[in-house]
Amino acid sequence: MEGLKAILRQDGPIPLDTILECAPGELLALVGPSGSGKSTILRSIAGLYSPQEAEVTVNGKVWTSTAAGITVPAWRRPVGMVFQSYGLFPHLTAAGNVEAAMSHLEPTKRGRRAVELLALVNLKGLEHRKPAELSGGQQQRVAVARALARDPKVLLLDEPFSAVDKVTRGRLYRELACMRRQLDMPIVMVTHDLDEAIMLADRMCLVQRGKILQAGRPDEIMRRPASVEAARLVGQRNIFPGRIEAHAGDPARTIIDWRGRRLETPHLPQWPIGTDVSWLIPPGKAVLHRRGRASRGDAENPVTGTIENQIALGDIVIATVRLDGEETRLLTVHLPRHAAERNRLASGEHIGLSLIAEAIHVMPAPLLTDRRQ
Amino acid sequence: MDWAAFWLSMRLGVLTVAILLPIGVWLGRLLAYREFRGKEIVEGLVALPLVLPPTVFGYYLLVSFGATSPVGQLWQNVFGHQLAFTFEGLLVASIIFNLPFAIQPMQRAFEAIPDDVREAAQCCGLSPWQALLRVELPLAWPGILTALVLCFAHTLGEFGIVLMVGGSIPGETKTIAIAIYDRVQAFDDASAAKMSALLLAVSLIAITATFYFSRRIGRRLG
Repeated sequence: MEGLKAILRQDGPIPLDTILECAPGELLALVGPSGSGKSTILRSIAGLYSPQEAEVTVNGKVWTSTAAGITVPAWRRPVGMVFQSYGLFPHLTAAGNVEAAMSHLEPTKRGRRAVELLALVNLKGLEHRKPAELSGGQQQRVAVARALARDPKVLLLDEPFSAVDKVTRGRLYRELACMRRQLDMPIVMVTHDLDEAIMLADRMCLVQRGKILQAGRPDEIMRRPASVEAARLVGQRNIFPGRIEAHAGDPARTIIDWRGRRLETPHLPQWPIGTDVSWLIPPGKAVLHRRGRASRGDAENPVTGTIENQIALGDIVIATVRLDGEETRLLTVHLPRHAAERNRLASGEHIGLSLIAEAIHVMPAPLLTDRRQ
Repeated sequence: MDWAAFWLSMRLGVLTVAILLPIGVWLGRLLAYREFRGKEIVEGLVALPLVLPPTVFGYYLLVSFGATSPVGQLWQNVFGHQLAFTFEGLLVASIIFNLPFAIQPMQRAFEAIPDDVREAAQCCGLSPWQALLRVELPLAWPGILTALVLCFAHTLGEFGIVLMVGGSIPGETKTIAIAIYDRVQAFDDASAAKMSALLLAVSLIAITATFYFSRRIGRRLG
């Protein structure tokens, strides 16, 4: 089998229950909160960590198999690893750092290859600088060049952008996206930043407590999280309970009962009538009703409520709305700033909103044990 | 001026340092990177010479070197002469009482290398030996150098243990520190003063050199 396959399991001290695959040339992002075990997954692939049960194969070669008693030591695994704080050798120059990862090449070839790799990461002319004489972004590039110097069969990136400022980060994103086209090995990147994963990754795994909650295309996971847990991890806040009431109409629609309110969604025949579900509406998919001037769109899933508070962030206004008849549940909506200003929105104002039917996403109701969240 | 005693001290110092270098690197690295049961006991044993009075320490060494002890008998059987009151005995004692001066700075120096630097060495395909020689030792070098100079200076100056274990046999176990005491006892103040000044100079140069080199290496590492 081509590419990387890893099966990792253990109960503690860091719980793991993970199966992941990454094809050659694919960039897989492991996304999760800190402490979710995503770095441990990466370190297990590299051989820097040994879980109780593990099977790691790369291009059909076994790197770890606890069942077969095989553990290839980290230094014999052709991996390229970029560490969060880079782990550069402070006593060696940029070129020296890159050459240190070339024990597989003849000594006479190393110098030229190091120059090539440093040029690839846009560090031409800085070959003789020590890490301390380089900026954060330049250090990261040395780390990437050094990771590639081994001609790795797998490239592992552990939060590679977390230690640089935002402008540099943007530039490094572009460089990685560009360089990727020349790389044909599986690339696994750990990040806690969803936007980073969406921008760079072909596929993403949501990791929580060592488990992969969902794997798929980043935009797909963002739009359609498979569970309430996954929805929370991708930052969705408007998650509510409901029950499938009917599949009706022409064209067919699905009706959800939300504590006495009727919500229309696109036809979802996979949910039988009477099923308890959770559903979410992204904060940007609630449309403000214009005051004193009803429009036809207002009939789409109308709700009313009082603004608890609102805050302007650039072009949008984030408003928290207490829905009429609800004690605790709040709806967070992102409204265009001009709309908020035209309607003179303020805390305490009573407003009407439409929840866009197409944007409502239905998920299984959480298990009873998860309800406390 | 007792040159024989001076050179004996130098020989003792150089040999002590030469033998403690690999021991210190091995044990210091082990204590820095590994967690194991009884680690505190090992660290305690290593530090013991710092707190034990030299005479107590010397007494126990003397007892364990004696012809009736297992160590003393083993030595006798292998080398055909006893360990106490010989240069070899003095060297063994010197190595043991210098353990904390060798191991603690080396342990700190290895501990100061960030984990990800050592892990990066593995991910770069460096074998444990290559990683030691090309990454760890160059980075830990200032600490190792400090340790060696401390051991050397300490060996020149040690008195109590040397007297207990070695006696004061000229050319065999009479070190410069003992020779100074000897000269003072004999009211030979001129010789004592010369030898003291020499010891002071050697110690001062050694210590100053360590500071100088560790700062230069520190600057080189950035």
